[in-house]
Amino acid sequence: MSIIGATTGELLSRLERGELTSVELTTAYLDRIAQQDDRVSAFLTVNTAEALQQAADVDRRRQAKQPVGLLAGIPVAIKDVLCTKGLKTTCASRMLANFIPPYDAHVITQLRNADAVLIGKTNMDEFAMGSTTETSAFKITRNPWDLDRTPGGSSGGSAAAVAAGMSPLALGTDTGGSIRQPAGFCSVVGMKPTYGRVSRFGMVAYGSSLDQIGPFANDVNGAALLAQVIAGHDGRDSTSVNAPVPAYSQTVNQPLAGLRVGIAKEHFVEGLNPEVEQTLRTALQVYKSLGAEIKEVSLPHTSYGVAVYYLIAPSEASSNLARYDGVHYGHRAEQFSNMIDMYATSRGEGFGSEVKRRIMLGTYALSAGYYDAYYLKALKVRRLIRQDYDKAFEQIDVLASPASPNPPSKVGEYSANPLAMYLEDIYTIGANLAGLPGISVPAGFTEAGLPVGLQLLAAPFEEEKLLRAARMYELATKWQGQRAAL
Amino acid sequence: MAETLDAEKVRKVAVLARLKLSEAEIGDYATKLGNILKYVDTLNEVNTEGVVPMVHAVELSNVFRADEVQPSLPRAAALQNAPKTDGTFFLVPQILEDK
Amino acid sequence: MDYTTIIGLEVHVQLQTNTKIFCGCSTKFNPDNPNVQTCPVCLGLPGSLPVMNRHAFDLAVKTATAINCQIARFTKWDRKQYYYPDLPKGYQISQYDLPFSHDGWLEIVINKETGEKKKIGIIRAHLEEDAGKNTHDETGRGHDSQVDLNRAGTPLLEIVSHPDLRSAQEAKEYLEELKLLLTYLEVSDCNMQEGSLRCDANVNVHIHRDGQKIATPLVEIKNLNSFRNVELAIEFEADRQYRQWQQDGMTFGAVLKETRGYDAVRNITVAQRTKENASDYRYFPDPDLVPVTIEEAYLQNVIDSMVEFPAARRTRFIQQYQLSNYDAAVIIDQGVVFANFVEHVAKICGDGKQACNWVTQDVLREMNDRKLTIEGFPIQPPVLGEILKRVNDKKITIKSGREIFLNLLNSEDLSTISVARIDQIIQEQGLSIVADSGQLEAVIVGVLAKNAKAVADFKGGKQSAVGSLIGQAMKEMKGADPATVRELLLKKLAE
Ligand SMILES: [Zn+2]
Repeated sequence: MSIIGATTGELLSRLERGELTSVELTTAYLDRIAQQDDRVSAFLTVNTAEALQQAADVDRRRQAKQPVGLLAGIPVAIKDVLCTKGLKTTCASRMLANFIPPYDAHVITQLRNADAVLIGKTNMDEFAMGSTTETSAFKITRNPWDLDRTPGGSSGGSAAAVAAGMSPLALGTDTGGSIRQPAGFCSVVGMKPTYGRVSRFGMVAYGSSLDQIGPFANDVNGAALLAQVIAGHDGRDSTSVNAPVPAYSQTVNQPLAGLRVGIAKEHFVEGLNPEVEQTLRTALQVYKSLGAEIKEVSLPHTSYGVAVYYLIAPSEASSNLARYDGVHYGHRAEQFSNMIDMYATSRGEGFGSEVKRRIMLGTYALSAGYYDAYYLKALKVRRLIRQDYDKAFEQIDVLASPASPNPPSKVGEYSANPLAMYLEDIYTIGANLAGLPGISVPAGFTEAGLPVGLQLLAAPFEEEKLLRAARMYELATKWQGQRAAL
Repeated sequence: MAETLDAEKVRKVAVLARLKLSEAEIGDYATKLGNILKYVDTLNEVNTEGVVPMVHAVELSNVFRADEVQPSLPRAAALQNAPKTDGTFFLVPQILEDK
Repeated sequence: MDYTTIIGLEVHVQLQTNTKIFCGCSTKFNPDNPNVQTCPVCLGLPGSLPVMNRHAFDLAVKTATAINCQIARFTKWDRKQYYYPDLPKGYQISQYDLPFSHDGWLEIVINKETGEKKKIGIIRAHLEEDAGKNTHDETGRGHDSQVDLNRAGTPLLEIVSHPDLRSAQEAKEYLEELKLLLTYLEVSDCNMQEGSLRCDANVNVHIHRDGQKIATPLVEIKNLNSFRNVELAIEFEADRQYRQWQQDGMTFGAVLKETRGYDAVRNITVAQRTKENASDYRYFPDPDLVPVTIEEAYLQNVIDSMVEFPAARRTRFIQQYQLSNYDAAVIIDQGVVFANFVEHVAKICGDGKQACNWVTQDVLREMNDRKLTIEGFPIQPPVLGEILKRVNDKKITIKSGREIFLNLLNSEDLSTISVARIDQIIQEQGLSIVADSGQLEAVIVGVLAKNAKAVADFKGGKQSAVGSLIGQAMKEMKGADPATVRELLLKKLAE
């Protein structure tokens, strides 16, 4: 039985039974990276030495029958936006090309406590701004299903790493769909937990009120396990919610009786690719066949989501990225005339054009005379969007939609038209604005063989329901078993 | 408000954002940001009278920590990523004091 | 020259917490060890997040309550965005449109003799984080500036007054009263040298001319680092504005608020270059911090646990100890430890007035002469109170009390100072007031016998002769009460 492509559950049971050591397993993934990553470009840093050391340590403790964590010996790839102590964390930006955090993000601490193996840091859109992983300052990640296409973004490196069998698990972050959209594009499972469910401490901020860390896996069970490991209260994040974390991995295989699956009539709009729409309709039939009830609901403010998002996220980003000034860390220009010029030049050189565009947009939206018309207005419409969801979830358990209106784009397709790229976020953005949990599961392929994802959203803190509903679908379909042929 | 962005406005915002932009970038941003601003103007269609702004995705309150000293970083770690230090301080080009 | 100076003050006070406002780093003043009290949060490292220090918030509410502010039931934190090397995040976490407190007042005494008071309005008090410290190359060679972030993130309370102050002297009184209150409350040590209390002054003048009032443009004087400098800077600035107006006739509103710095060496204010677009701080609610809602029970608890304020204590001292306005002010203005010292002495000796006099005269004089603090004064209330108690109980004379006080103060080994030592000195030096009039009578009879001439002089009508007789008797009977000696002597002479 192959290691590459196996699910987390399979790998764990083989490790537990002693059929496999973590060093063997980690070596297999490191080899896979060495063989395939020059084509996929999923990784920015491969943490070879430390990963093997962690693996050996877990093997030693397992052999000595000492207690080990939930992910003992399992490789996890880390989006390069999460701080790893002593290991370069670049956010795929020239600005942080040499930044070595002196501390671990909370989720990294959780992974270490669970005895996971940190296999490497994955590529992303610069500072998580983008939907294609093309804005990375270092490399363009390719979609393992079609190397001419993007893996989506901003967590494209993590999605591609799992899809290409270079890691069974990965962490991503999702500010406007950055986990769910690439998961859909790469035919893997990706979940954004409820805002506040996972501590953001140590996650380099993009849009602080929207950002959330979540798992990628090649099946729902893997995602449940990784979610369980990273979730929970952390006193270092004021927005971290102090509520018990259910053992998702224990309940994920229990089907939900009387499941009510909602669809929003506002989601069937011009611009929705017919093949993608057909995939959704087919998925609804699957749920129906499993005994679920399909209900149409209304989310009247759906069409404003993108506008609200592209005011709030850049506004927060313009402030969050003010700290990169070439004084305490990060890129400092070599040539400048005085201190203020040093700031402007360092930032002008250190940031790529998409990041600069969003900083400019956010600065503008917050500036004197425009605050009320843009930022404040967006915050008010944001509440109306949340209220739409609250009303909908009174009638349904999960809301189904495509993860994106179109299949993955060709590399370079959106470079001239950022607005067109922003409009592709229509299905994912709502969950970030409203703080809801969402998951994307593989739902099939277009005729051209491009992956399509099914997105499910649930009410706040209903991750358990979301994972169980996703698992029902996964077990009833054949998509989970399919692996990209590289 | 139907806002259009001209190069002059882009320059002003760039000063606020501390971003040195090339002339090409200024022109490019004027167009692309202008399009985005035109798009977000659709929000004006929404009646938001009496709606409380939503700053946080999950609305908590009264989150505090205890006033207990935690270990600080050693100086070397604090300075380790700085572009320029003398081993004790962060160094920056002479600040034009507001004098 | 007929003008009134109009002053509003913005005071920044570092709150006395163990840790910074948003992280667990120590707030200890530590300029000799730069950049050792930092962590990812106060360095503003990517990914770090702030969490509010509960004690900082409690101290802020306590202070605002003490300056009679309305406490908001809902408050939040905002980011104030500007670039400076001592501000690692590129924004300061502060409070913008919903500060936790507003609309208060502080009463100051504007005449110490009469006790005349004036209420100074407070616009708002809000909580924010301090920046780090930049050190500039003063050699003029253009070397790099140095940045120390030990101070970055220290909790700061900003207290903004209405422009109710009408002279440099009043501004100084306001600051002194505020400092006194803050130290009484133990919310800040208000050490201006260490920067735990800093002050900016908004100043303009109203010129009275032909029955009209002409206001000059507003000027903000930054970074005044001593009360004396506040006074001098305002005096200079008011005069400068008047002269400037005579030259250019510019009035309020004609130009934007100007920022000036005070040059203590030359005793002038100097125009500062205005920061580029500094006015656009792009405040917005900090998404990393959550709001605070304040319950009635919390506020009641703050009020219930409040100490007696200086103003109230002054009034009480005047009534309870029959002090003048002036004397009460002298005691209270020395600070809470000094006032507690006085009250402790009063309680032991049973005579408040006596305790006040003694401490404000003898103790204060010796403190100043010997450069001691009240905390470090070698004779603490338990001992001083016992000296005064003996005076009060007529066991020793006031004069003997002073002798004992000085004797103790000059002890070679300060650790020997004790109540037992008082009695030892009384014994050794025979300072006990002799209550036994038989013994005293014998001494007086002896003195009269030895001084026949003086006795004859007295009897011959020379009243002054009695003085030398009392003196001689006192010399022989050290602890005797002069009044008693005099009485007995006159009685004997009359026989
Ligand atoms: Zn700190």
